[in-house]
Formats: sequence, C-alpha cells, structure tokens
Amino acid sequence: MDSILQILNDNPRLSNAEIAAMTGMTEDEVGERISYYEKEGIICGYKTVINWDKLEQTDKVTAIIELKVTPRKDTGFEAIAEEVMGFDEVESVSLMSGGYDFSVCVTGRTFQEIALFVAKRLAPLDSVTSTTTTFILKKYKEDGIVLSSQGDERGADVL
Amino acid sequence: MDYDSLLNRTALEIPPSGIRRFFDIAAEMEDVISLSVGEPDFLTPWHVRDVAIESLQKGRTGYSPNRGFTALCREICNYYSRRFSLNYDYKTDVVVTVGGSEAIDLAVRTLVNPGDEVLVPQPSFVCYDPIARLAGAKVIPIVTRREDEFRLTAETLRSCITDRTKLLILPFPNNPTGAVMRREHLEEIAKVLRGTNIMVLADEIYSELTYNGEPHVSIAAIDGMKERTVVVNGFSKSYAMTGWRLGYALGPAPVISIMTKVHQYAIMCAPTTSQHAAIEALRNGDEDIVKMRDEYDMRRRLIVRGFRELGLDCFEPEGAFYIFPSIQSTGMTSEEFCGRLLMKKHVAVVPGSAFGACGEGYIRVSYAYSTAHINEALRRIGQFLKEENI
Repeated sequence: MDSILQILNDNPRLSNAEIAAMTGMTEDEVGERISYYEKEGIICGYKTVINWDKLEQTDKVTAIIELKVTPRKDTGFEAIAEEVMGFDEVESVSLMSGGYDFSVCVTGRTFQEIALFVAKRLAPLDSVTSTTTTFILKKYKEDGIVLSSQGDERGADVL
Repeated sequence: MDYDSLLNRTALEIPPSGIRRFFDIAAEMEDVISLSVGEPDFLTPWHVRDVAIESLQKGRTGYSPNRGFTALCREICNYYSRRFSLNYDYKTDVVVTVGGSEAIDLAVRTLVNPGDEVLVPQPSFVCYDPIARLAGAKVIPIVTRREDEFRLTAETLRSCITDRTKLLILPFPNNPTGAVMRREHLEEIAKVLRGTNIMVLADEIYSELTYNGEPHVSIAAIDGMKERTVVVNGFSKSYAMTGWRLGYALGPAPVISIMTKVHQYAIMCAPTTSQHAAIEALRNGDEDIVKMRDEYDMRRRLIVRGFRELGLDCFEPEGAFYIFPSIQSTGMTSEEFCGRLLMKKHVAVVPGSAFGACGEGYIRVSYAYSTAHINEALRRIGQFLKEENI
C-alpha cells in the first residue's frame, strides 16, 4: 500500500510538506497523489475521532440497528441501501453476511429520538421486514483509536 | 551510623544522574508533552508475548543453564550470521544476560584490571563511565564532534591510546546523537586497533535501527576484529522488549567463558520467561523489526524537518530513535534550555550534557512517539523560541 495512505490514515492533520519529508517525495508529488486518491474516491473524506463522552453536556446517543429486508427484484440491496443512507441521522450503512442484511449506525440526541426515527422512518420502508435496535452505552475504541487512553506509562527516568 | 564512611568509595563518588531533577518536575506536571523517553512506543509483538504466556501456562518456570537456553544461544548465533555475516559458536561464544546493560557490566568487569584505561566516546549512553569506574578503571572520554557527524575518528582514537588502554567502548548506532559508523569508518578504527592488545566492547543495541541505506555493520565483521571484540546486543530496542530485560554478549570463547562465570555468581541466569519469548522473536520477528523501523524512519524525517524549520541546527541522525539538535544559537546552556522549556511550555527533552560534558549545547529528543505527539511538541517549542526572541 502507498505509504501516503497509511500516514493519512494515522494522522490526517499532517501537511503535504510534512508528508513529503516523511516519504522522501517532493511536496508537489504528494499533492498530486492525494488529489488523485480523492478524485478516484479512494480517499473519501477526513474525519476527526471525538470522544463525545468527555464533553459535559453531550446529547449524542448512538444505536446500531440490524435491518432485515426483502431485496427488490431489479435493484437488489443497492436501492434499499441508498434509501437508508439518505437519512441525516444515519452515520453508516453496511451490508452484512449472517442473520440480518444491513447494519445501520444511527445517532440522535436522545434514546427516544432514535426510537422514533426507527419507528417512523426506517421500519415503514417498503422492503424492511424487521429491525432490532441496540444502543451503544460506551465507546472504548473507534477507528483504531483508544478513546480512554491510559497515558504514556514509559518511565521518563530511563535514558 | 556514619554511612558515608561505610559505603564503597567509588559507588559514593559516582555523581547521580544529572537529569533526575527534570524528570521529577516533569512527573508532577499535568499536561507534559515528553520527547524524553529512551524506549520504543510499540508493544512487544503479540506472537512474542503469546509464547511467553504459553511458557508460563505450561509451568516452564525454572532456571535455565547459566549461559541461557541452548535453543536461544543457537538462535542468537543464527541471527548474527543471517543479519551481520558473523559466525559465532552457540556452545562457547554467547552468554544471555539481563538486558544489554548486564552484558556491558560483565564485559567490563571481566576485561578490566584496576588502573586500566577505558576509552568512552561521548556523547553516549550514561552507564559506561560508572560501570568502568566501579571496576576500578580510569575512564578516558573521547569527544565526538558535530563536524565528524559524531563518529569516532581514527585520529582522535589514536591520540587517546596509551600503554594502559585496555578497552574501547564503541556505542554505535549512538544514543543520544543518532550517529552511525559505516563500514568505511570502522575500517579506519580497525587499522588503529589491529596489532594492539586493546579490546572493543561494541554496544550494538540499536543495530536494527539504521536508516538511509546500508544495514548496520558490526566492527567484529571487519578483518582481524572479531578476536578483539565483545559484541553486546539485546531485545529491548529492536523488538520493543525493554521490560523483559534480556540481552546478550558474543565474543571470543575465553572472554565469554569468564563473563559467564561472573554472570553465574552474580545473576545465575537471565529470566526464563523472557528467554522463551526471545526465541520466538528471533525465529519469527524479522517482519516486526521492519515495520517498526519504517515507522521510526518516517518520524525521524518529520522531526528533523521540524527542528530545521524552527531554525535549530540539526545533524541528520542515521540510527537509533533520537535526534541531537544544537541549541547553541539560543545562548542558553542545555540545562537552562531544557529547564525553561519544561517550565514554560511543559515539553520535556533531555539536556545533551547528561551524556558527557561534550554534549553541552545540544539536546536529546526522542522520536519514539506518534506524529501527532511530535507535532504538538514542535508547536510548543516553536512558541517557546518565539517568546524567548530566538
């Protein structure tokens, strides 16, 4: 894999000049590569991992919804996925193997808001045959980042 | 009790670590960004930890032979042959120790008689001087200079040799400067030493962490040098196994045999759980080393660029995981610089003077940290320099 992708995956805040120094490329080369990846949809966006629980007044609740659907005759799962991801409340949609079809991650301000969203928007969709909603109580690790980090335990007095 | 009169003179006279004070202050601060630590930020590879756990579960918790498990001695020799084209006999030429540190201590105690002179290139790791002094040696520091890229040169070496010179410490890749000695540089050193009775203690603990091309070359691999060299290495830096405390020495059988005798009486044997883990590291850990080295290399380039952008002169290190920028342009001593940086911006780095008097005017900065951590530290150092009008 291109080291630029690995570097950005670990820390998207690095500048092109810094990435150029790290990889031994020129700044222009780095810029061009990144533009290419963006254009091709290989880099789809840049996101910050925030531990919302650390903010005192968080009103952010997240739930994972297991969706069972009946695939449509012509468009299969694709059209249903498009319909589901159209909702602002939906953070992610994945087609799953196993006991259900879609895993949908939904955020809202309260448990009730999510429950209403599922009942009024998601469940009534034509192809949806059932939903199971599970709420996330605490996140420990997200996108490879440990949220409640232990800090650096390395002894500072060892030279 | 008047303990001062009871205590061993030499032990008493060894000055305490000059940087203790900084670390005590840093430990009290809440939001310290440290670039001071001399150990990897990676975890020991899982397959290595797993083998250690399995050995415990199976109850393999007894002693090993004094010199270490035969399987481990064999793997160490295989590794040196594979990586550095050096052939040692696993039955006679290797002893497994409690970290590289014990191997250094053993080698010095085994080779040095009271009054012998031990040559220590500086800046360098802090242990050589005290260990040699405890063995009754006279320590002769050899200054390595920025203009020589902190390498030991044949000329300086020659000027320090006397009739009483017993041992040269060769600490490359170097902590704290990041300097390396390439084959051509070692050839020059070998020319000076061949035909003398001077032994070399090659501390190669950072041998897997060299950048910009050629892998590490051991001085023992240079013509005529194997018979006069004790190589010290270990698992701490290359496999991120600092806490396992496991190292080893390789050398001529007559030296290793006496080192093993001292080791037997002082230590008995190195921790056996660690030895089981080390066998796995040597057998299946080559890929882990490459992964970590590539990561260090990217951080190295990032941090060198960062310091140069800040206007501090920074020699490009080609080994270990430290950079050694000059802070002479600030007009501060390295202790002043580190003290003020810590108090004002809560960034901890180590004064170069901790690694020998000639380290004055420099600071040691470790890049065994994430890129985000490094950049935050650079940002604060930049602010600090601005506020100090530098």
